[in-house]
Formats: sequence, C-alpha cells, structure tokens
Amino acid sequence: MTDERITYKNKNAESESDTTEERKTVIRIRDVRKSFGDNHVLNGFHMELHEGENLVVMGRSGSGKSVMIKCLVGLMAPDSGYIEVMGKEIATLNRQTLDELRSDIGFLFQGSALYDSMTVRENIEFPMRRHKEKLGAVSDTTTLVMEALENVGLGHTLDLMPAELSGGMQRRIALARTLILKPKIILYDEPTSGLDPITAKEIIELMRSIQIKYNTSSLIITHDVDCARVISERMILLVDGINYAEGTYAELSASTDPKVEAFFKK
Amino acid sequence: MKLVDRIKQFFVQIGELSYFAGRFFKEVFTPPFEFRELLRQCYQMGNRSLVLVGVTGFIIGLVMTLQSRPTLIQFGAVSWMPNMTGISIVREIGPVITALICAGRIASGIGAELGSMRVTEQIDAMEVSGTNPFKYLVVTRILATTLMLPLLVVFGDLIALYGSALVENLKGDVSFQLYFNIVFDALGFGDIIPATIKSFFFGFVIGLVGCYKGYYSKKGTAGVGVAANSAVVMASLLVFVVDFIAVFVSDIFYEL
Repeated sequence: MTDERITYKNKNAESESDTTEERKTVIRIRDVRKSFGDNHVLNGFHMELHEGENLVVMGRSGSGKSVMIKCLVGLMAPDSGYIEVMGKEIATLNRQTLDELRSDIGFLFQGSALYDSMTVRENIEFPMRRHKEKLGAVSDTTTLVMEALENVGLGHTLDLMPAELSGGMQRRIALARTLILKPKIILYDEPTSGLDPITAKEIIELMRSIQIKYNTSSLIITHDVDCARVISERMILLVDGINYAEGTYAELSASTDPKVEAFFKK
Repeated sequence: MKLVDRIKQFFVQIGELSYFAGRFFKEVFTPPFEFRELLRQCYQMGNRSLVLVGVTGFIIGLVMTLQSRPTLIQFGAVSWMPNMTGISIVREIGPVITALICAGRIASGIGAELGSMRVTEQIDAMEVSGTNPFKYLVVTRILATTLMLPLLVVFGDLIALYGSALVENLKGDVSFQLYFNIVFDALGFGDIIPATIKSFFFGFVIGLVGCYKGYYSKKGTAGVGVAANSAVVMASLLVFVVDFIAVFVSDIFYEL
C-alpha cells in the first residue's frame, strides 16, 4: 500500500514544507484503519495538520473522509492506528478530558446539524453550557452570541428558528456556533455541499476570513474542487482508504496519475 | 427473513434494550443534571397530553357506563354502577388506556424526534460540543415520562369518573355527590397503590422504548419513520406485559 502513495515535492513544495515543518503539528494521524464489516474504509491513513494551516482532504463519496474526521473528535473509534490532537492521544482520553479538548476543536457538520427545537440564539449558546470557564467571567452571553453572528453576517437572525433559514444561512449559523468557543482547530465536513455556487463561494470566503481573523488551523473535507483550489495550502487525496497523493493544488492538478487526474477533470 | 433470524433479532433487541436501561440507571444518578431540560420535557409530555387523555377518559367513562347499564338493570344491580366503574377505571382501564395513548403520542414523538436528530447529525453535534447527548436527550425524556404518566393517569381517571357520573346523573338520577361518595367509599389502598405504582413503570417503558428506537435509528430518513412506528408497537406491547406482571405481583400483596 505504501508504495502506491504519491508525495509531490518540487521546489515550491519544498519551500512550503520548510515553512510547515517550523509550525507546530496540531493533528497527527498514523496508520489509521477502520472497517464496517467487509467494507474497509480506511486502510492505513496518515496525515498531519500544522498550526495555522488550511489542509484539504479530498475523496470520492464513500471514500472514508467523514469517518476519518469523526475518528478525530472521538465520535468513532478506529480499529487500529494512532490519532493525536494538540499533543493528546484521543484513544487514551477519558470523557472529561476529551470534552475539554473538544472545546478547542470546532466541527462544522455537512448538513449544518442545527438543533431544530432551538432558536438561533439557543443553538449558538449551547456549546457554552459546558465550557463557561473557557469564556471567563461572562455574565451576558448575548454579546458573545451577537459577535459570533456578526462574524457570519447574520446578526438579525437571533430569535429565528433553523427551519426559517435558507441552507446557506443555516451553514453560516452552524459556523457561528462553531466559533463561539474560539477553537484552535476547525474541522469542516463538506462545507459547500448542497449549496448553490454563489452561496458556496460566500461560505469559502467566510472560512478564509475566519482563518485569518482567528488564526485557526483548518481541516477541510470536501469533493468540491473549486473549494479546494481557493482554500487549500496543502491537499491530500483519499483513495482506497489511504492518502494516495499529497501536495499543493497546483501540483496535484498537474499530475498525470490517472487516479489523481480523475479528480480534476472537468 | 427466516423465523430463526426473527427470533434471534428479538432477543438481540431485548438485550440492547436492557443495556440501554442499564445505561439510563447509571447516568441518572451522576452529575451534571439537566434540570431545565427535564422540566421542559415534563411540560411537553405532561401538559400537552392533557387534552387527549382528558377527552379519551371522558368518552371511556361515558361509554362504559352506557354499555354496562342495561345488563346491571337486568340483574337489579344498577346501584352497584359507581362501585363497578370506579374500581375498574382506577385499577385497570384508566392506567392502561392512558398508557396506550401516551405510547401512541409520546413514544412515537420521541422516536421520530431522536431519530431525525440522529440522521441529521444533531446528536453528534451535541457530543462534540461537550454535552453528553444520552444524559441531555435520553435521561430527561425517560424521567419525564416516568414522572408525568402517573399524573396523567390520575387526571384521566377523574375525567373518566366524571363521564360515568354524568351518565348516571342523566339516566339514573344519581347526583354527582352521591356518585363520587360511593366511588370513594368503594376504593381502597389495594386499588389505588398498585395502579399508581404500575403507572410509573408504564411511563418508564414508554420513555425507554421511544428513546431506544430513536437514539439508534438507522438508514436515513426512512429509518425515522421506522423508529417512530416500531416505538409505538413495542411500547404498547410492553405496557401490556408490565400490566400483566403488575397485576400478578399486586395479587400477592393485596389478594385482588
């Protein structure tokens, strides 16, 4: 399996690597494997995310991208392998420590995953219930909620229900909810799926502005090539459960390998 | 599916349900406690079921008295009507009918709600945000049904008795005061205590089954419908099983 992996290292990539090596590694995945019966989804996946980096993991539907990202936050346990987030090995953490670590990780779900029975305000306040100490002596949460909503340009939606919002607005609110605890890492699971091209572009711009404003490290799971082109510093192509190819967008899009080419063909 | 597989699946489900109940008892006594959500669920399940339970109870009381009346007249025992309806409503019909209505309304509601939360990753989002979804969603709902069902049963019983008293008043010239005096004279602890205790168990199984079916809902949106439907079927069946056990046990203590 290892022989099949392609890592691009031209001059640009090397200079890129030099800078990323100086940065601290915030996520480290080694030889992760996960199967569902006879379906081997991850077959020894490796990955590293550095501080302040935007890393895109691309793969076809059902290639194990979402499984990998869920293993990262402890929503799923891998069959074998090593996962470390901010210096802590996920498998060894008890519930309390894992919850503390999760307060530093934002997760934007594919379908936004807003709580239907709660207003926008309650949705955004929800993560604060268990992490009040992280926010310091905040007596009025409205200011924080409004700040998060202003960041995504939806200050007027405070008392609306998720059902009253469009898909793009729901995605923005979900992003605001993710930002409320000021996470150091943000995991995006298909952030542009199901959105029209204009809204998708707005979401991508929003992700970029958040990354610049909060200096977060971002792991973006997508099969949207345009999204990957705009936002990625580095890309990994997930094929057959392994990180098949790794490099910058320019390197991978210029590849002549048939499996890599298939992603970039118009 | 083969019969053997069905039997196997049945026992697997019983095992999973027992494990789910065990997890509930483990989580219910460990902090943090979700009091606010518990109160919200009590309101949702208790207050919002009042009309349905009330209307059903009233009709049951009314119909039961109307149907029994000719036979009792035939045997010259119509004066026993308040005793008969009072005891049968308080002991059996009130708790079981209320539990079945709640199985239909509450268990299916919980099953569908948690099922759709599972499918749309809301439960995962809760987990990631540091809130234990089992404690927040499951424990509160099971506690709410366990606490609210006995109250609904008492309410349903009173309305059913009122319905019965109305028929007696209109057809037999029995005053409401006389009717209720006879009913309360006829009722003993052996009628009220077992009925109240079994109501708690009815509430527990309704909440447990609804949560279990919804929490482990699979196969996308189609799974939500299946979860809601199978929650009603399983909860209704378990209400009768619990009722059978309750009657059997209370017979030992009160010699019914």
